[in-house]
Amino acid sequence: MTQQFISDRAVGLKAPAPAGKSRGVWPGNPVVALWRTTIGKKAVMAVTGVILVGFVIAHMAGNLKIFLGEKAFNEYALFLRTVGEPLVPYSVLLWIARVVLLASALLHIWAAVELTRINWAARPRSYAVKRSLATTAAALTMRYSGVLLAVFIVYHLLHLTLGAVGFSSGAFSHESVYHNVVTGLSGWFVSIFYILAMGGLCLHLDHGIWSMLQTLDLNTNRISRRLRLLSRVVAFLVFLGFIAVPIAVLAGWLGPKE
Amino acid sequence: MNLTLRIWRQKGANTPGEFVTYPVHNVSPDMSFLEMLDVLNEELIVRGEEPVSFEHDCREGICGSCGFLIDGMTHGPRRGTTVCQLHMRSFQDGDELTLEPWRASAFPVLKDLIVDRSAFDRIIQSGGFISAPTGSAPEANAILVPKESSDTAFDAAACIACGACVAACPNASAMLFTSAKLTHLNVLPQGQPERDERTVNMVAAMDREGFGSCTNHAECEAACPKLIPLEFIARMNRYVYRALLRPHRHPLAERIAPGAPSRAR
Amino acid sequence: MLDTMISTQASPQTLDARIPPGPIEQKWDRARFDMKLVSRANRRKYRVIVVGTGLAGAAAAATLGEQGYQVDGFSFHDSPRRAHSIAAQGGINAAKNYRNDGDSIYRLFYDTIKGGDFRAREANAYRLAQLSVEIIDQCVAQGVPFAREYGGLLDTRSFGGVQVERTFYARGQTGQQLLLGAYQALERQISAGSVKMHTRSEMLDLVVIDGKARGIIVRNLVTGAITPHAADVVVLATGGYANVYYLSTNAKASNVTAIWRAHRRGALFGNPCFTQIHPTCIPVTGEHQSKLTLMSESLRNDGRVWVPVKKGDTRPPGAISDAERDYYLERRYPSFGNLVPRDVASRAAKEVCDAGRGVGPGGYGVYLDFRDAINRMGRDAVQEKYGNLFEIYERITGENAYDVPMRIYPAVHYTMGGLWVDYQLMSTIPGLFVGGEANFSDQGANRLGASALMQGLADGYFILPATVPNYLASSRFDPVNTAHPAFREVEDEVRRRTEALLATKGKRTVDSFHRELGRLMWDECGMARSESGLRKALARIPELREEFRTDVRVPGDDGGLNQSLEKAGRVADFLELAELMCTDALHRSESCGGHFRVESQTPDGEAMRNDEEFSYAAAWEWTGPDNAPVLHKEPLTFDYVHPTQRSYK
Repeated sequence: MTQQFISDRAVGLKAPAPAGKSRGVWPGNPVVALWRTTIGKKAVMAVTGVILVGFVIAHMAGNLKIFLGEKAFNEYALFLRTVGEPLVPYSVLLWIARVVLLASALLHIWAAVELTRINWAARPRSYAVKRSLATTAAALTMRYSGVLLAVFIVYHLLHLTLGAVGFSSGAFSHESVYHNVVTGLSGWFVSIFYILAMGGLCLHLDHGIWSMLQTLDLNTNRISRRLRLLSRVVAFLVFLGFIAVPIAVLAGWLGPKE
Repeated sequence: MNLTLRIWRQKGANTPGEFVTYPVHNVSPDMSFLEMLDVLNEELIVRGEEPVSFEHDCREGICGSCGFLIDGMTHGPRRGTTVCQLHMRSFQDGDELTLEPWRASAFPVLKDLIVDRSAFDRIIQSGGFISAPTGSAPEANAILVPKESSDTAFDAAACIACGACVAACPNASAMLFTSAKLTHLNVLPQGQPERDERTVNMVAAMDREGFGSCTNHAECEAACPKLIPLEFIARMNRYVYRALLRPHRHPLAERIAPGAPSRAR
Repeated sequence: MLDTMISTQASPQTLDARIPPGPIEQKWDRARFDMKLVSRANRRKYRVIVVGTGLAGAAAAATLGEQGYQVDGFSFHDSPRRAHSIAAQGGINAAKNYRNDGDSIYRLFYDTIKGGDFRAREANAYRLAQLSVEIIDQCVAQGVPFAREYGGLLDTRSFGGVQVERTFYARGQTGQQLLLGAYQALERQISAGSVKMHTRSEMLDLVVIDGKARGIIVRNLVTGAITPHAADVVVLATGGYANVYYLSTNAKASNVTAIWRAHRRGALFGNPCFTQIHPTCIPVTGEHQSKLTLMSESLRNDGRVWVPVKKGDTRPPGAISDAERDYYLERRYPSFGNLVPRDVASRAAKEVCDAGRGVGPGGYGVYLDFRDAINRMGRDAVQEKYGNLFEIYERITGENAYDVPMRIYPAVHYTMGGLWVDYQLMSTIPGLFVGGEANFSDQGANRLGASALMQGLADGYFILPATVPNYLASSRFDPVNTAHPAFREVEDEVRRRTEALLATKGKRTVDSFHRELGRLMWDECGMARSESGLRKALARIPELREEFRTDVRVPGDDGGLNQSLEKAGRVADFLELAELMCTDALHRSESCGGHFRVESQTPDGEAMRNDEEFSYAAAWEWTGPDNAPVLHKEPLTFDYVHPTQRSYK
């Protein structure tokens, strides 16, 4: 029988990560397990993305009611609070929606931050020369448009939801949303910030919608181009729908009083 | 024609590198890019300088050994072509070209334009196979494979593991590579029994190696010399969701290799 | 039975291939039954080294690992998947008879022996044909995506030199897909811990202790470290040596070093001059050419080979009418036409070009025309079948083969020669097994298309995993580890060789020597060989070797990654091998298969065998650097397929 004492091993440059023993054990909970993978985090981005895109489209459509006049617009705002009555009490559905949206936004940001850290660590040294062949400006600026949107959302909530900024004291009305919009957007700076932020949203959606469809496995080679086009069209329509309001206010089409 | 090459020179894995500029004269348009580098290296050796190290072997675009960036493009400007099959007729007289190795923390540079891609092997080790012990195979035609599945499997299996997808990805992600192998095996009837374990193990191994994640830029698809489509990453996502979220009679966690993906690095 | 078959003194011997008795259909079964087994529990105690991770090496390492042996795999590549098997395009033969077109194991056996021009061992060729059936089953189970028909069944096609459709394929990348199957099986064993893989590690010598192969010396190509590795068995599956010609279709790093070093340690080298010239490669474009690219032979199924009738006709091919074209293969070989075996097609191309009727720059090319195929099947069907090959052609030449015919010319492609092995694939050094192209193979003097993949996998999956355990079970081993003085001795020798290469500091690069050697071999020991040419080469090679020794310049040092040093070591061994090839070619004054001696041809220019004198496998023994090698013979008997003059007319 042979006895062997072979001491030398392959001289690996990078200690291989043996499949058998490595950090941690797979969590029993499938959702936790999914979250641990980069693909799981992408899925979180995509699923929260679906919720947020749905909200953005609905919000944009709702905004357009302002062109039906003050009464219609304020009624719509009230409807959002009374919907579901008497089955569910006043404004409960709205609050549920708000909680879901807030959670989605926070998860979306959290996953984005985690993935960004992983991605930066994956390429510590960048290329001296690098040419992009397929990607778009929108895709490359997702992090910036995302940050812009986060800042915008905070401002927007403080501004038109709470009336905490941008209104002189007493100017924010808890009855007339129409009044608040027209007053709030009548300043040049605020309006331009809103329009710029919607530009950011447009870029974010241009890549985001397509990206979400791809992550959720709705993309195939055959329909890839069409999905990208769809994404771009939706992003642009949302952009137009949103900026219609500040532009109309600035142009004086929506007067403070009818 | 005459060219100027700006080439990344690095003596070893732990030494800093730098770009060095070399003129190359009398380049024939019929030469391959690597043959042009051969000519440069012959000159360097005669002059008493160290030749440029670059990896290559079959020189017909199938072994996957070669690859570096030419002017910021993996394998150079021609789509669906490895650098060994790129011919100098794709360039103009007087061109100045920058040659740079793949850059990713999972692919450390070994020397000049050579990087260590053993991370790919470790991803395959984690599950990129069908367990078919030699001698145990049933009669080949007993397993019917729809042509569509077989063609899809082939499209995916065409991957040569050159690493261009990782190099081109803004996030140094290896998802095109991993998804190609998963698609190849998961789409075939033979691959079904181990499908879920394979999926989670390979994805975990990919994450452990320190590759980035996919943000759907599609740079990998454009860079791939074998034209592997981004669609396979979408498929891989589905494989992962299905593996983890599908109800299993016995928890999947008990059947897969213990190495879970790490949350942060 | 396991005694050394030849004594150390160099006197010619008759070799015993240990072919089992009995009818040919029962030989392999009988051999397997006679083999000793190692019980499952004892397998961990044996260590097996497998060098090379192509089809034969990866399959053998994976299978032996799976059986429970401790396997160490070695590859000079960064990953086992890069081995040159990956570049095989056309397909793999198997006697499945799925087409019901008259195929059978016996017919594949018959075709192999006939194709090999009666210089192959019958028992081996029969076993190969038997195992071909199991190979396809194994590969399909592993998930190799072979081409399929709409019903989900496997598709086959006919391939160079045969009249049945028995070739299984995966587009034009069959070798890649088969290798990935073997590679994945190997990676599975690596993760299971039964195979330890050493990548970027090149075997530089073999260690023989008490007459048995007991280990190898390896250089780590990244760190430069030279290390010994001990084992009970060494398997070499390191491929062929066609790169002795510098220009060949082999990958740049393919080399002879592993088997040459084993040869110098006592393993006989079988039929070194048997090389295969592949008829369909892309012609050379200039001095810079670093390798040749093969266009799969399957192209000859639908492409028609022709040259202009007139000498020096430089008109574009489209301007030459059918009457002015010479479809010379169809004319000379009406029954096989464009599908004649590789050696016949190659020689015919050489003849028309030598007659001044060649096409393209330099006149060394013939047309392979798809015009008629496109008219008959439609462009889409041609694209479906050969699209990727047309793309390769376009990439390299800048020409679109749908519109203008391809230009092709023969190139060295495969070496049938290699280390001599017996029926058990063991060389003349006990414990040294050789598989795949590295052994002198079952292919005789010429290999049929789509048979190399078959042989590599038969050796790797089925034969070695049966014969290696038999050797282990029937031998006694003294405990040996790398502390044994023999390891130190060989290691020092390797180190001295490496240092000598670096210390020469001459004026010429390694490639310039390699190119010169290649040109010489192609001219004198290539498609047609003559006594005077071979004598010329035999005079020049030692001079070239001496120039190399005194004037080579290898930059850098041995302390790290040094590609020039790697090349230098390989070329140094080619310079020795070349002499043996010419010696073998000179001694075999008959023509057979890929070996064409101009002195031995029929009146109409076909190869003429001399069965009376040369019906044997030549196995050469190394007797020292300055001594002539000694020829040993393994007589070949043909009990089943009776030697006839091959005719494809």
